[in-house]
Amino acid sequence: MPKSDKAMHTLSVYVANKPGALARIAQVFARRGFNIESLVVSPAIDGHFSRMTITSSGAPEGLEQIIKQMVKLVDVLHCIDHTYDKSVMKEMGLIKIAVDSEGRSEALQIAEHYGCKTVDLTSESMILQVVGSPAKIDALEEMIAKFRIIELVRTGKVVMSRGQKTT
Amino acid sequence: MTNIPIEGGQAIIRCLENEGVEYIFGYSGGSVIPIFDAMVTTETKIKFVLVRHEQGATHMADGYARATGKPAVVLVTSGPGATNTLTGIMTAHMDSVPMIVLTGQSVSWMLGKDAFQEADIFGITMPVVKHSYLVKKTNDLPRIIREAFHISTTGRPGPVLIDIPKDISAGPCTADLHAEMDIPGYKLDTSVDNDTILEIAEALAKSKRPLILAGHGALISRADGSLKAFAEKARIPVTNTLLGKGVFPETHELSLGMLGMHGTAYANKAICECDLLLNIGSRFDDRILGKPDEFCTDATIIHIDIDASEIGRMIQPQITCVADAKTAIDELVKHVPELETTDWRKHLDGYKTKYPLKFKRQGGLKMQHVIDEFYKLSEGKACVATDVGQHQMWAAQFYKTDSGYNWLSSGGAGTMGFGLPACIGAAFGRPDDLHICFIGDGGFQMTFFELATAALHKLPIKIVVLNNHYLGMVRQWQELFYEDRTSGVDLEGNPDFVKLAESFGIKGFNLRRPGDVKRVLQNALDYNDGPCLINCEVEKTDNVFPMIPAGAPIGDMLIELPTKKLEKPTGST
Repeated sequence: MPKSDKAMHTLSVYVANKPGALARIAQVFARRGFNIESLVVSPAIDGHFSRMTITSSGAPEGLEQIIKQMVKLVDVLHCIDHTYDKSVMKEMGLIKIAVDSEGRSEALQIAEHYGCKTVDLTSESMILQVVGSPAKIDALEEMIAKFRIIELVRTGKVVMSRGQKTT
Repeated sequence: MTNIPIEGGQAIIRCLENEGVEYIFGYSGGSVIPIFDAMVTTETKIKFVLVRHEQGATHMADGYARATGKPAVVLVTSGPGATNTLTGIMTAHMDSVPMIVLTGQSVSWMLGKDAFQEADIFGITMPVVKHSYLVKKTNDLPRIIREAFHISTTGRPGPVLIDIPKDISAGPCTADLHAEMDIPGYKLDTSVDNDTILEIAEALAKSKRPLILAGHGALISRADGSLKAFAEKARIPVTNTLLGKGVFPETHELSLGMLGMHGTAYANKAICECDLLLNIGSRFDDRILGKPDEFCTDATIIHIDIDASEIGRMIQPQITCVADAKTAIDELVKHVPELETTDWRKHLDGYKTKYPLKFKRQGGLKMQHVIDEFYKLSEGKACVATDVGQHQMWAAQFYKTDSGYNWLSSGGAGTMGFGLPACIGAAFGRPDDLHICFIGDGGFQMTFFELATAALHKLPIKIVVLNNHYLGMVRQWQELFYEDRTSGVDLEGNPDFVKLAESFGIKGFNLRRPGDVKRVLQNALDYNDGPCLINCEVEKTDNVFPMIPAGAPIGDMLIELPTKKLEKPTGST
């Protein structure tokens, strides 16, 4: 995953929870050669609908076309580009690092600084759970890399508009 | 809810009846037997046409829809039956033609297990449908069919596919056949923004050299009458796209005919010189843009389209109007005065005189001659279907279209093999009209087996095979841009098309000499015992002009065969 989301666009898509909806949306990106960097899908309050947060990189004008094409899909109710609207954007990461008793206290110190939870601990490894902005997780990743990162799993970001604005 | 269940297949037929379906074009097979059985047990009035190949069914439904404005239904079996519809679905999708495709499917519990004749047609067709369904419950059928028709025929029309597992069509249905739709994501905005209309009117009032570009969208919204009233009131010349033929009478004094790669020289010159271009329902297809960066750079571009995703996709307009064409024009006409365009129109008339569409009458038989003569003999009143290639462009040039729904041609997809079945479909929809199918020897051989369908139903169609024994358009490119290195275009081994027609019980005529054109075509017109075929042995190596090489600016248009060597075109096909 790129370290900066400056060239990234964060879109929220509100879709009918119907078979094939995700495939149709993915096709809109694939056909135009856009890569989906992250994708989060979950049921909305009304179970007939789903929420998607899609992060994609590419030229802004191309993305405008992608949004129009998505809105055109029968299953899509709306699609909003949150890239520039200062919405709340959060992500969760699980980082498994190789650390034994010798490095453990330093690792925990870093973890504490980033507000991580230790969700698994063995004599040779630990799993840190971090929640925050993608930039925060990037920064933690960089700091913790002094230990060997065995595995890293990020959820991809979810987004919500502030105040009365719709996501 | 009804208490006595009916079979899923019967529910399907009843729902199609409720939608006013007149024809089903299709081909039977194992997984659709319950639906075919329901056609018998329901004693339905819907007429079923057994085609000879599933692709033919889709083009027939397509031709029916283009000629009548109403959707037709395609019914095919699973697996290869379903995949054979793919080209026809894509053709309809590219040209915004409504169509409902019902495909049989393996039983639900075998889905994804590579069952006999199982194909993931729902997945395969996803990029070429407006919407699609895989039915999971028999009771969903009424709602899905209703939604499918609504989606297919409204807004920007397009094909909708419904994949129906055999256990679903054989299962009991207790649902209300007039089910409510559930498509919250499908919004139709029929309004038009008044401020935008005023902005367009203001721009028009300032314009000295306005031009209307009318596309298929204007025809789909049945804006032909409104467009004529508007153009006549404001005195604005009109050019039309290939699929827009008929939306504005091509014989009207304000008409410049078709523009684009093989459009008229005067239409293309008008595009280059106008100071305002009002595009109504055309998607700025690459066939008319030439080089997008150099398209109409000095003009104010206004784009009216019902599909917001078309705006700014190829060309960024100065004024954008997302609206139904007819609604927009009807509003616009109220605010537009008579414009002072006399000089501009005189100037364009000069081009009409200087660069008329023409062909040499000397030498062998020419496609243009046949088309032109048939145009005159039929008084321009036929519903014309074409295939794809040189003959298509010449038909567009020489068979002027004065009213909507009389021009059926595969534009976006450029599907060879479209012409004959499309003409057949149109003849089913309008059995009392004259139907002419201009078709090349290449495209004809892709779907000629539908001659059986035409013969069986004694359809009033004149099949004009413009036979140059070549894939002429590709040969033309090879001659112009590849130093005449012909490759893969020589159709040696063509059958005798008259004998072929006769073997289906269809009357055949041969036409070889220019001097015989009128007589033979008149004989064909007078023949009224079902379809007939005219095999025209035309010149082998004629070229279509005017021509704008693909990807070149419109100003680079070639009026006739150039003497100097040409660079390979940069644009696509």
